[in-house]
Amino acid sequence: MRQTDVVIIGGGPAGLAAAARLWEKGVRDILILEREHFLGGILRQCIHDGFGLTRFGETLSGPEYAARFIDQVTEMGIPYITDTTVIDISEDRKVTASSRGGILEIQAGAVVLTMGCRERTRGAISIPGQRPAGVLTAGVAQSYINLQNKMVGREAVILGSGDIGMIMARRMTLEGAHVQAVFEVQPYASGLPRNIEQCLNDYNIPLYLSHTVTDIKGEERLEAVVVSQVDEWMQPIPGTEREYACDTLILSVGLIPENELSLAAGVRLDERSKGAVVDEHHQTSVPGIFAAGNVLQVHDLVDFVSMEAESLADSVARYLADKGLLECGLEVKTDGNVTYTIPQKISGTEDFKLSLRVRKPVRNACIRLSQGKNIVLEKKMLKVIPAEMIQIPVKAEKLRREKDLEVSVIW
Amino acid sequence: MVREFTCIMCPLGCDLRAETGQGADGNDIIVTGNTCKKGMEYAVQEVTDPQRNIATSVLVTGGELPLASVRLTRPVPKNRIFDVMGEIRSQKLTAPVKAGQVVIADVLGLGSDVIVTKTVNAG
Repeated sequence: MRQTDVVIIGGGPAGLAAAARLWEKGVRDILILEREHFLGGILRQCIHDGFGLTRFGETLSGPEYAARFIDQVTEMGIPYITDTTVIDISEDRKVTASSRGGILEIQAGAVVLTMGCRERTRGAISIPGQRPAGVLTAGVAQSYINLQNKMVGREAVILGSGDIGMIMARRMTLEGAHVQAVFEVQPYASGLPRNIEQCLNDYNIPLYLSHTVTDIKGEERLEAVVVSQVDEWMQPIPGTEREYACDTLILSVGLIPENELSLAAGVRLDERSKGAVVDEHHQTSVPGIFAAGNVLQVHDLVDFVSMEAESLADSVARYLADKGLLECGLEVKTDGNVTYTIPQKISGTEDFKLSLRVRKPVRNACIRLSQGKNIVLEKKMLKVIPAEMIQIPVKAEKLRREKDLEVSVIW
Repeated sequence: MVREFTCIMCPLGCDLRAETGQGADGNDIIVTGNTCKKGMEYAVQEVTDPQRNIATSVLVTGGELPLASVRLTRPVPKNRIFDVMGEIRSQKLTAPVKAGQVVIADVLGLGSDVIVTKTVNAG
């Protein structure tokens, strides 16, 4: 069986950044496996700009951002195989993939999981009604319009205020479609405020909070959706139904880390983040298997995906050199106001970056990290919202080696 | 006049407030809510001459992909967005197309170039 030091599953922004950084660290025996025909992942269809402000200090479109890493990986001569789908990873890091040349079997020294995420669909949110054509997720609409030159519809309604949904509202408007409104079941938007401004407000597309689609009508093609107001438990309020005639319903109702392969490898997942449980080295519960990017936690910004993958690469290089990494025995616990954290385990002896999301919008909040009575740090923030991931660097000298770390939001 | 809007310069999305018609001659604009210089500049721009960048794509013949994505090198007045879209839609490129290649220089005399953002090889 072929032996490779590091097999990277997925050639999107996380996989590419990990590969380039590993190479810089002197790791040469790397292989990237990519399911699509091209490297670049989802960025290939994200043609809007706004990428790269943190990582490169300038604003780029998705394809340009991806090209920076693809060019780097190509110049370094890092091997990659496209049109190749990994179908299994074992606990002892045997990777099986289906490629154009047949089945590939590789024994990896370390496996890097960078498969990204998937969109939640109509089925995931159980919208009742008929099943006509014209109901599709925002990412699928984006692929049709931006990659395949196929317009998806003329009269659209959008359910969910995720960033891709709002970006597609603008994109469809620019292409001559009419977007009637965006409906969001929660009492606050799930995407970034600047996208509400530049994708909806700019084009006079109204955003209705606490509303959801409660019926879908149409035989062959979508003819109308019924929208209802919801109460504070997100249940539709009878009598508030309103019908919108449309031929397209775009769903932007959340992203879920793509962890089928992680599960096959025996990687423990976190109910809260829907990604792997990792320690401060991005190592999963299976030694030698690491995860970063949207497969670990759904990010708002690709810059943070790249940086997370680069930090992962540093740990993988150390894992290969030292034949293992320091045990991380302390848990990171959260209070009811925190949705999840990454990492979920730490050693208490090393610097690390804590990522977290809050459960609801809060003004003048304070993020507190503590170990028992010892307050590790407090970060005061003017405004925290679920749509924005919060990242806080934590210094080892502030940490103790016993006691779990508790993360809470106070205001 | 007071206008409140969200800053689009970075993902922070600060809540900006711009008060026009201030000062002795009524030409001053007072901006609050911004947390950086870019936010200040954006607020003033937004209440005097709002501008936006746009991204779309151009047809490519003979390429490995049917489309090459494009964007503007600098923002254009908001009320000219659909005029610019019309200009871009009338373009057709032949592969190979390289990222950075200018599709339309100084589109509609607005001082902004339309450039390709994705390389499309012949195929």
